Amino acid sequence: MSTAIDFSEKKLKVIGTSPVRPDGVPKVTGLAQYGADFSLPGMLWGKILRSPHAHARIRSIDTSKAQALTGVKAVITSADFPEQKFEYVGPERIAVNYWHMTRNIMAREKVLYEGHAVAAVAATSKAIAEEALRLIEVDYEVLPHVIDVDQAMQPDAPLLFEDMITRGIEPAPGKPSNISKRVEYKMGDIDAGFAAADEIVEASFKTSPVHQGYIEPQSCLARFDADGQAELWASNQGHFIVRTFTVKLLGMKTGDLRVHPAELGGAFGGKTVVYIEPVALALSRKTGHPVKIMMSREEVFKSTGPTSGASMTIRIGVTKDGKIVAADGLFKYQAGAFPGSPVMNGCMCGFAPYDIANVRTIGFDVVCNRPKATAYRAPGSPISAFAVESTMDMAALKIGMDPLQFRLKNIAKTGTPLVYGAKHAHEGFAETIEALMRHPGYQAPLGKNQGRGVASGYWFNGGGESSATVHVNEDGTVVVATGSPDIGGSRASMALMAAEALGIDYDRVRPIVADTNSVGYTQGTGGSRVTYATGIAVVNACNKVIDELRARAALIWKINADDVIWEDGCARPAGKKAGEFEPLPLKAIAAKRSATGGPISASASLNAGGQAPGFATQFCDVEVDPETGHVKILRYVAAQDVGRAIHKAYVEGQIHGGVVQGIGWALNEEYIYDEEGRLSNAGFLDYRIPVASDLPMIETILVEVPNPNHPFGVKGVAEANIVPPMAAIANAINNATGRRLTQLPMSPPKVLAALDAGSGG
Amino acid sequence: MAKHHVTTTLNGNAVEFLCETHQTLLEVLRDELHLTGTKEGCGTGDCGACSVTLDGRLICSCLMLGVEAQGKSIQTIEGMAVGETLHVLQRKFLEHAALQCGICTPGFLIAARSLLERNPDPTEEEVRYWLAGNLCRCTGYHKIVEAVLDSAREMRGA
Amino acid sequence: MSEMRYEAPKTPEAAVALLSGAHGLARVLAGGTDLLIQMRGGRVEPELLVDIKGIPEMTSIVAENGGFRFGAAVGCMVLVEHEAFAKAWPGVTDAVKLIGSIQVKGRATVGGNVCNASPAADSVPALIAAGAVASIVGPNGRREARVEDIATGPGKTSLAKGEIVTSFLLPRRPPHSGDAYLRFIPRTEMDIAVVGAGINLTLDDKGVCSQARVSLGAVAERALLVPEAAAALIGSKVDAAALKRLAAAASAACRPIDDKRGTKEYRIKVAGVLARRAAEIALDRARRTN
Repeated sequence: MSTAIDFSEKKLKVIGTSPVRPDGVPKVTGLAQYGADFSLPGMLWGKILRSPHAHARIRSIDTSKAQALTGVKAVITSADFPEQKFEYVGPERIAVNYWHMTRNIMAREKVLYEGHAVAAVAATSKAIAEEALRLIEVDYEVLPHVIDVDQAMQPDAPLLFEDMITRGIEPAPGKPSNISKRVEYKMGDIDAGFAAADEIVEASFKTSPVHQGYIEPQSCLARFDADGQAELWASNQGHFIVRTFTVKLLGMKTGDLRVHPAELGGAFGGKTVVYIEPVALALSRKTGHPVKIMMSREEVFKSTGPTSGASMTIRIGVTKDGKIVAADGLFKYQAGAFPGSPVMNGCMCGFAPYDIANVRTIGFDVVCNRPKATAYRAPGSPISAFAVESTMDMAALKIGMDPLQFRLKNIAKTGTPLVYGAKHAHEGFAETIEALMRHPGYQAPLGKNQGRGVASGYWFNGGGESSATVHVNEDGTVVVATGSPDIGGSRASMALMAAEALGIDYDRVRPIVADTNSVGYTQGTGGSRVTYATGIAVVNACNKVIDELRARAALIWKINADDVIWEDGCARPAGKKAGEFEPLPLKAIAAKRSATGGPISASASLNAGGQAPGFATQFCDVEVDPETGHVKILRYVAAQDVGRAIHKAYVEGQIHGGVVQGIGWALNEEYIYDEEGRLSNAGFLDYRIPVASDLPMIETILVEVPNPNHPFGVKGVAEANIVPPMAAIANAINNATGRRLTQLPMSPPKVLAALDAGSGG
Repeated sequence: MAKHHVTTTLNGNAVEFLCETHQTLLEVLRDELHLTGTKEGCGTGDCGACSVTLDGRLICSCLMLGVEAQGKSIQTIEGMAVGETLHVLQRKFLEHAALQCGICTPGFLIAARSLLERNPDPTEEEVRYWLAGNLCRCTGYHKIVEAVLDSAREMRGA
Repeated sequence: MSEMRYEAPKTPEAAVALLSGAHGLARVLAGGTDLLIQMRGGRVEPELLVDIKGIPEMTSIVAENGGFRFGAAVGCMVLVEHEAFAKAWPGVTDAVKLIGSIQVKGRATVGGNVCNASPAADSVPALIAAGAVASIVGPNGRREARVEDIATGPGKTSLAKGEIVTSFLLPRRPPHSGDAYLRFIPRTEMDIAVVGAGINLTLDDKGVCSQARVSLGAVAERALLVPEAAAALIGSKVDAAALKRLAAAASAACRPIDDKRGTKEYRIKVAGVLARRAAEIALDRARRTN
């Protein structure tokens, strides 16, 4: 993975600065093009008909009246998509099953959640398309539904799949259930561990599903030409993923679909799947015209995957002097309508920050009548961390130890085993705890009704497949093309890394996100992997370019390429013996490219391993209104090991964003269902994400323990910061009030009820 | 039903358009006038991504009908920069990294400009409360508030 | 939808004629911040929209007999920026300031807030506490109604077909008067009120409360005028004991529902808390006003 040039000793010139991002001006002038901003001549509007029922069999669909409406050019149902084989494909933690996927984008036998797509139309105007939906007649046989994870696991719960037998249990159960999978991880001997404990703390927790809350609804423009070649402009975290899924769902050849990455208006994991893209393409194929689909905000809440709600029980055994001797966690996660909650991640991450000899985690993936869960920033880890970090707090209180001290005493270091079999390969966690201990605010006195809470969090971060191509232009400026949609400022980071590698100024590098035909395969942007994996691809491609530049200089100087080095943006002779030549800057070599062999460019691809996980430790101060239960965040301090901050301001921005999402998750965000299983808060009015006046400034502490596997020491930074906030706030409320809340969100009525009841919420 | 023929002033230019009664100003801006800088985040006035000013007044364009624009003056994000020269707020948002995905940015810029026109020296709290109608999910608002306060400083000549 | 008509009359009488003469569903279009959302959600499909923002009587703010008359179609931001009005009625102004975001207030109107008849409407408890009177024009001519008599239930008013509210009159205030409005919401902005409490009181020269009106929002099918709560203050110096009685009376008057914004128990409890806190603010204002 590493490159020929070792940067660890050199002083970095551009890495660590905060230049203006290359997509900045288009974004502040309204010219940047997101998925909904594209149009083509002759374009039709697509709209999707969605189930009003949480669970029902589809007896029949009559689209004739809709087809007859003037202005309607096509109506489609699941009949317009080929059936798929039932098979889990890919690594278990992120497996896909196209049998499920085709049913999610358009229902077949049953509808499994309110908002489940049933049919779609393309028409000459939005209004006609909406009217056409009203004319589609669907005969439903309404079935009993189940949403809550504990209820869905009951033996008499309504079944979503009459043939679902739980995987991961030997021998397999004789009866079907809603439990798609059971997983178990363990190391050591937990019974012996608990037997040796001086104190044992146990608690149960419940969380509600929460949505990623991106401000941009999913949108796309599709064009399917009569010769079978197609294009998509889509707001998605991975245009190569859109291509992979869409060609499979439509039965196309991969090379026939070109996906253009639109600017993305927020995603956080929720846009790593497809919903409307295959539908728009199918409508375009049927009508012969481009089709645009834009989800409404209501559709986003009703039909796109939030993350799981969960029911959990944690047990921790400690000695009097604060050593954790055993830890046991039970995690039941909602998958939504189709299997695939992030429960494995929850099981793997929950106790990962700590060095505990005896650990067991058991997880259940449970289907229920709500949208299929999708990734949400460190998927699965924030949920298990709420339970684990709250229980850690209870343990620390029980033995009278400061919560940061308690964590420090038990932290994982390089070599500490993880419950899933790997070993920690990096440092950084202790440093985040120490940073907070040193923070003057941690010792600051608190006032009436105020409390302070601490929590930590872990996220694996991703590596994966990335590609990059670097071209040197005639004037020595450089284009860096990658396949990673930019959701956090990664284009700027790519340009910084290329500029540093090549030794040229940042503003002589133009980074672009290229479409699926124009750059090598690249996995989606997510898992905090882009600065790491795509960064390595960029540096590798730059190194190949440097080799080429050295060879060209050698040709010009008529010496051996081995006697040419590249330093500070110039080719130089390698020592006196190679000869006396003036350094040749990149610009000069570019000008001579024709005579020395032609255009200079290089590509690099890799499947990156060696990524380092993210560690975060945070503390927050809250004030609780004892008469209303309202919780105000007074102060929030977030420390995180970021490896090396390529662009400081963007790293801070990631921490700010994850912390605030965590605050919303902690205090007010939840899905509220009525008795029919219909969502009653499908909008930003009653799905309450934090607003500007809810928050103080968020203080960030960037701890840098470089990752030796990346040329610039990068560790992914985007996700670990959302893992601690819910527990940090619950712990702070406990500190302020003496009441332990174990259910999310900790909204005012729950807090007030806990205050009045005198016990846990 | 014939469409309405509406004459209005848009970013200082005289503009005419046709629209049906039910079309909101937001739909007219994006679908009829092809000015896609104003965004739809929710369509129900909860997120502020569609913010424009109407006769100098900050509004959500999704909560107004296109036909109501008759004879009015509208300012959208496309009119904020003057030629190549960005407005102070636009510059400061870039300098302070006050945007990540950028979808909420046009709405915030319009809203912030409206604030600073009325209150050239707002406190942090006043900035936060004025901007409570603009949702951001990426930034946690921190750098947005810093950018607005810094813009106010520069505009005051402080 | 595509058959929907739009009219912009210039006089109240013309608006009345359009509304009463409509065959299908006709709606008044003021700020549109409730109506457009209802139309988008398919809850309301009008055939006729009557835009009343061009009617001068409905968009003016004038002093009248020592009080204030403001048009039903005056935008919320315009009203809160009116210095003299805000000084005379700080509680009503506080309430209007809480209607949605700055953007929503840029279009929304008090007339719309009242006539949309949401039980949680923010301006209503403050107007009721203030003793506001609505001026109404209809096919049978003009009449007046107290604001507490306008909403009859969620989304329902006592207005007959063709009637519109043209303006609100807030009376002259006696010396040493103060009003206040507080609402409880889970965040700090952008939520519908879980509970709203409006208090208007007057002190005599000895600092004893001589008049009071207490109104609660979001705790019943419409905003309530709570005479028993006011009685707890009248004749007292608005001391801790009186405030305690006020809170109890406020809680006792609630008949709330459980919904996605709050439970019955929570609303009953917080109504008492807010009534007390609003009374403290109103008292402070009354003491500082001549």
